Amino acid sequence: MHELMIIGAGPAGLAAAVYAARKRLKALLVSGDIGGQVNQTLGIENYLGYQFIEGAELIAKFESQVSQFPIDQKIGTRISRLGEITDGFEAISETGDGFQARVVLFATGKRPKKLGVSGEAEFAGKGVSYCAICDGPVFAGQRVAIVGGGNSAVGAALDMVRIAEHVDLVSLTPLTADIILIEKLVEASNVSVYAQYQTEKIYGNAFVSGIVIKGLVTGEEKRLDASGVFIEIGLAPNSEPVKDLIELNKWGEVPVSCANETTMPGLYAAGDVTDVPEKQIIVAAGEGAKAVLQAHRYLQQLAK
Amino acid sequence: MAAKVVVYSTPTCPYCKRAKDYLTRKGIAYQEFNVAEDREKAREMIEKSGQMGVPVIVVDNDLVVGFDQAKLDKLLLK
Repeated sequence: MHELMIIGAGPAGLAAAVYAARKRLKALLVSGDIGGQVNQTLGIENYLGYQFIEGAELIAKFESQVSQFPIDQKIGTRISRLGEITDGFEAISETGDGFQARVVLFATGKRPKKLGVSGEAEFAGKGVSYCAICDGPVFAGQRVAIVGGGNSAVGAALDMVRIAEHVDLVSLTPLTADIILIEKLVEASNVSVYAQYQTEKIYGNAFVSGIVIKGLVTGEEKRLDASGVFIEIGLAPNSEPVKDLIELNKWGEVPVSCANETTMPGLYAAGDVTDVPEKQIIVAAGEGAKAVLQAHRYLQQLAK
Repeated sequence: MAAKVVVYSTPTCPYCKRAKDYLTRKGIAYQEFNVAEDREKAREMIEKSGQMGVPVIVVDNDLVVGFDQAKLDKLLLK
């Protein structure tokens, strides 16, 4: 049995792995991927030590630092459930494999939120995308729709007006993005903003051909032609595996103390999946480090 | 014989960069198509993979959508 299992390999989980190795903990790092949300980040200008670094490059640096240490790794393994066993915890993967450890650091981060409308799942990858910076350029010269009104939606719209034929921005609320971004966007000649419009449906045949929206104020229904639909409506915590073990907050985040303890002894959490006030790479990395130091102390007490 | 590897990507996509870095680290040569500029190759990628997300990696006759390291390793071992 491992002493420590780190679930998730974003900045929190990877920083935790480095600290675990330095404490000579017998540790297992298990995660669906390496890098988490940093994989959807183009450039980073606020991680100390780098004035600018690409997301992919920062992950590669994290990964190579972790690989210097004898940490067992199960990458490509998604955990669907965490449960208690005698002397610790057992995590069960989507494919039914079980992993046991005395203590667990849960650092699974967040994922893009789904809209929950008809056609969304059917056309995922077939015009529906949750990563505008990844897939946006595939739609150069075409009509696209972006759903959302915050910084990531308006940022995606700003990127797309430069390459798409036309961009429709559809937001359920008045735009909440920074005013500087909105001002830049409305300067573009090939954008239409539908604020306070609900996205009702995504339709098409083999691929997306458009969306249906409905004005919340006007009640009017409109069909917008689009071959790409980018959904940028925020993030949801990947907290499902622990939802039966501890009480989540109203956003589905894992509440933690300032020492990264959850309400269950031996279960620690760090990074964006927790209720830590700021979701930043540097914050998540620090939280991961802090959590492992606490977990190490707890393991020492257990050994006494 | 070494596998023929083709990567369809866009310049801004971090997963594409990670996939290409990974192939380079493993010493695997690949041909790259930038589907943001090459519309013909974009059509070809969509036709082959039945979807529009990048990266798409073709190893001989097999296809990987996204940077799926486990699947890629399996195909490269063949």
